[in-house]
Amino acid sequence: MHLNTEANLNDADAFYAELTDLHRDLQTADSERVNARLILLLANHIGDNRILSEAMAIAKDLDPVQN
Amino acid sequence: MQKTYKNPVYDYVRSPDQDSSGRTHHPVIIVGGGPCGLAAALDFALQGIPTVVLDDNNTVSVGSRAICFAKRTLEIMDRYGAAERMVDKGVTWQLGKVFFQDEQVYEFNLLPEDQHKLPAFINLQQYYFEEYLVDRIAEENSIDLRWLHKVTELETNPEGTHITVETKDGTYQLSCDFLLVADGANSKIRTQLGLESKGQVFQDRFLIADVVMKADFPTERWFWFDPPFHRNQSALLHRQADDVWRIDLQLGWDADPEEEKKEENIRPRLQAMLGEDVEFELEWASVYTFQCRKMDDYIKDRVIFMGDAAHQVSPFGARGANGGVQSVENLAWKVSAILKGEAPLALLETYNTERQHGAAENILNSTRATDFITPKNHISRVFRDETLRLAKDQPFARSLVNSGRLSLPCTYEGSPLNTADSEDFNGGVVPGAVCKDAPIKINGEDAWLMNQLGNRFVAMVDIDANGEVVPNLVTENPDLAWILLSKDANKAQTLARQLSQAAVQAISDPQGLVAQRLALRPGSAYLFRPDQVVCGRWQQPTAADIHAAHRRALGYDL
Repeated sequence: MHLNTEANLNDADAFYAELTDLHRDLQTADSERVNARLILLLANHIGDNRILSEAMAIAKDLDPVQN
Repeated sequence: MQKTYKNPVYDYVRSPDQDSSGRTHHPVIIVGGGPCGLAAALDFALQGIPTVVLDDNNTVSVGSRAICFAKRTLEIMDRYGAAERMVDKGVTWQLGKVFFQDEQVYEFNLLPEDQHKLPAFINLQQYYFEEYLVDRIAEENSIDLRWLHKVTELETNPEGTHITVETKDGTYQLSCDFLLVADGANSKIRTQLGLESKGQVFQDRFLIADVVMKADFPTERWFWFDPPFHRNQSALLHRQADDVWRIDLQLGWDADPEEEKKEENIRPRLQAMLGEDVEFELEWASVYTFQCRKMDDYIKDRVIFMGDAAHQVSPFGARGANGGVQSVENLAWKVSAILKGEAPLALLETYNTERQHGAAENILNSTRATDFITPKNHISRVFRDETLRLAKDQPFARSLVNSGRLSLPCTYEGSPLNTADSEDFNGGVVPGAVCKDAPIKINGEDAWLMNQLGNRFVAMVDIDANGEVVPNLVTENPDLAWILLSKDANKAQTLARQLSQAAVQAISDPQGLVAQRLALRPGSAYLFRPDQVVCGRWQQPTAADIHAAHRRALGYDL
């Protein structure tokens, strides 16, 4: 199995709203904690190191940020 | 400081070699009488090779140092005839607790697989481990252990090595075919040969203290991350023999080792950790910086490095002495086979390749534990702390908590000495891995599989349902020791009697655990190296298959 990068969420807009709402009232330090917990939980659910490695490879490929 | 243990003092004894007009030659000389040097001498004795062991001191380890000896090490010690005292004296524990900040986040029970002769590991002070080996060595006439004999000079070339040894009676000269060096992490011989051990020094210091508790304390391993009594650092408590408790306290990089070693500075830290009303006495303490490093090549001509001299790890996961002893047993049978003319010199290089792999795995495990205990940056710390917080209620997170993984022997996957599987095995023990133990019966008596393996090549065949092909396998491979395995003791014994060969042993597997753990079917065979590592296995072997695998494991295909 490979990382699925096709649209897979059953309600993309609702997920995105929930994710941003989760952080809405948080200070950056707490947001970091929440994100860390979320990654750990989801990584365990996925369970396959190869898929996680593929996700990490895409995630770390940062475009230079334009200020 | 030390009250529970008095170091034995071994006498300097003048050797006849010192009165020789010339340079006395020995096949194998071992430098260093620590866990690895002593283990090596015993291994060679069992292979029938005499050794001289030179140590510049006259006692065993001062202070306890290594304390956790894993099952594989105990199996090796059992092969040497030294495990029983260690297991009797050592502390076996199964329960562990992990604390984060002010609370316990979880506890665990290791629950090792039962029906193995030896426990998953014991805690035992290094000085006992060494003392028992010294006592065992005294029973072997072929080992010449010389205390207070110090190697000062050496010269090596592809044919052999010359050394100069210093004693209180002056110096003398020796030569040897192989010089085995186990003179510790700061090996003087390594330096003399201009060789390096390269790797990483962790930017951290740890206080290691052994204390004697006056009151009862449970036999559990307790590990604290960021505890209230020692903010932002870690602490570890576990039990050794004689009610001595080992405490590791992380101090951070800025700590002054000389200051931290003083009893007046140690006491308040330990009191805060153990509780204000706990009475204890300090046995021994030291401040360490941890390193993970190894030599790129453990062999220089006829000089071979072992133990911490060859590869060094941080102590999390107890892979220093355990990994060292595994290197020793990998080396001893190979050097012995070369000296006896049973294997080509090329076999020696596989010590380097196989144990480079072992050291790399130990360093990887040790580094991962160290990185979890001491996060390297802000976001690593966030992940570490949230893993610990989740661990309280979420079982999955407990698998991520890493305060040191249990030392397990590596598998020599892809070793050129292995014969790869040509038939399908569903599980069992793969070529390159150490055999698994299981209970057996020999002549109606309870025994263990591991005790039948080792010191020589052993082939084992499951004779059930396929008895007629077995005689041919055995008679065409007379240079192997053979084990005939059956669920039915009579059947194995009858067949063993029919084969008039000396080294044929009948064992029975009444519980079927050998068959289960090795994934045997009727007719299956395994070939084991002298270090109990599987080098080939077959569902339907031919005599030629086994012969070829034996030759390959001796290095004839290199």
